[in-house]
Amino acid sequence: MHYHKPQTFEDAIKIAASARGVTRFLAGGTDVLVQLRAGTVTPDDLIDLKLIPGVHDIVRAADGGWTIGIAVSGAELGRHAGLVTEWPGVVEGMNLVGSTQVQGRATLAGNLCNGSPAADSVPGLVAAGATVTVVGPNGTRRLAVEDIPASPGRTHLQPGEIVSAIHLPPRGLNGGDAYLRFIPRTEMDIAVVGCAISLTLDGDKIATARVALGAVAPKVILVAEAAAILIGTTLDDNALSALQAAATAAAQPITDRRGTVEFRKDVTAVLAARTARIAYTRAKGEAK
Amino acid sequence: MSKIHVSAVVNGDPVDFLADPRESLLDCLRDQLGLTGSKEGCGTGDCGACSVTVDGVLVCSCLVLGVEAEGKAIGTVEGISQGSTLHPLQRKFIEHAALQCGFCTPGILVAAKALLDQNASPTETEVRYWLAGNLCRCTGYDKIVRAVMDAASEMREAV
Repeated sequence: MHYHKPQTFEDAIKIAASARGVTRFLAGGTDVLVQLRAGTVTPDDLIDLKLIPGVHDIVRAADGGWTIGIAVSGAELGRHAGLVTEWPGVVEGMNLVGSTQVQGRATLAGNLCNGSPAADSVPGLVAAGATVTVVGPNGTRRLAVEDIPASPGRTHLQPGEIVSAIHLPPRGLNGGDAYLRFIPRTEMDIAVVGCAISLTLDGDKIATARVALGAVAPKVILVAEAAAILIGTTLDDNALSALQAAATAAAQPITDRRGTVEFRKDVTAVLAARTARIAYTRAKGEAK
Repeated sequence: MSKIHVSAVVNGDPVDFLADPRESLLDCLRDQLGLTGSKEGCGTGDCGACSVTVDGVLVCSCLVLGVEAEGKAIGTVEGISQGSTLHPLQRKFIEHAALQCGFCTPGILVAAKALLDQNASPTETEVRYWLAGNLCRCTGYDKIVRAVMDAASEMREAV
């Protein structure tokens, strides 16, 4: 295995383009090193992206949003006062990934590119309307986060393409987001169901909304039908019931050792309502 | 497979070693530098027995490549005591009998020290969540949590 430390994304792309065998990009390494050790993926070329200038930075974007470097760890995200204030749902999703030790290394970009349908940080990014810059041999493109995952362990990135930055839109006034997951323990487990909701208010009424579900389909899904139900409501009981029905209908889970189809659909409804209430409360500025 | 020369600082001492790029930092610490305090429990980042700090950040050394240590400051359990004087955490682990087989203990000491370095007065809940990535199959955790709380209390009084 050859270990590369490019100083620019251009160099990283060139190294990947000239590589003949299995290539992996390294950020936090909490998935790549596990696969390496297990022998499931032994890269011929491992390209460490952490020495590229800017990849550890979180900066305010010109549009009022945020640009997050691909090597920013979960712990760094959790310590960033601006992000915690504006996008608490995005931050709490990432901070649910693994232990304190894993938080010291794991990244949003890695969690996204690992392609797990249960990735805890991805529903929050999807609900937020986050996008990523993708650089590769054929140039640069900007993709919505929901367009990256393809199926378990697979993404829509082309060979040699790299996510080079994550972009959060401006939060604006009267917005709130939240992420909840169900696990059978209190910590250190993989989501049985995950739900993220981001919304903005006009007075007491919901003006815009995005609803994302994790672990109930081959990839994290954006549920437009559920969001449409919320818009124009004050999140009264009727709206919550309709949201639960829409989220449950959109969920297409499988039965595995973490839960059955019936259980996952049930939990989807519970989490959708709870997540919506937290996002709404946050949008009202009533803390938490 | 050519090895890569790595220069780092471990527990305050400059070190150099040759790492196969596939080798974990844990393997380099144990096999190249003879620092066998850090243990391999799972090798997949789940158990915390290999916990070290890299530039002050708590990580599993099984999830870090040795070659990634270039230019970094690494802290291991061997650096916790001051010569033959035990760190308060180490003394309190003995006092509270917070270990049985001891395999998880180095990782828990490193993790607990990393917590106390940034938070001198953690609540019991904070200690439990912070150490959630350090598995112990002997003690049932209560004695470990009590030892950490007691060490924190003693360290606060000493300041």
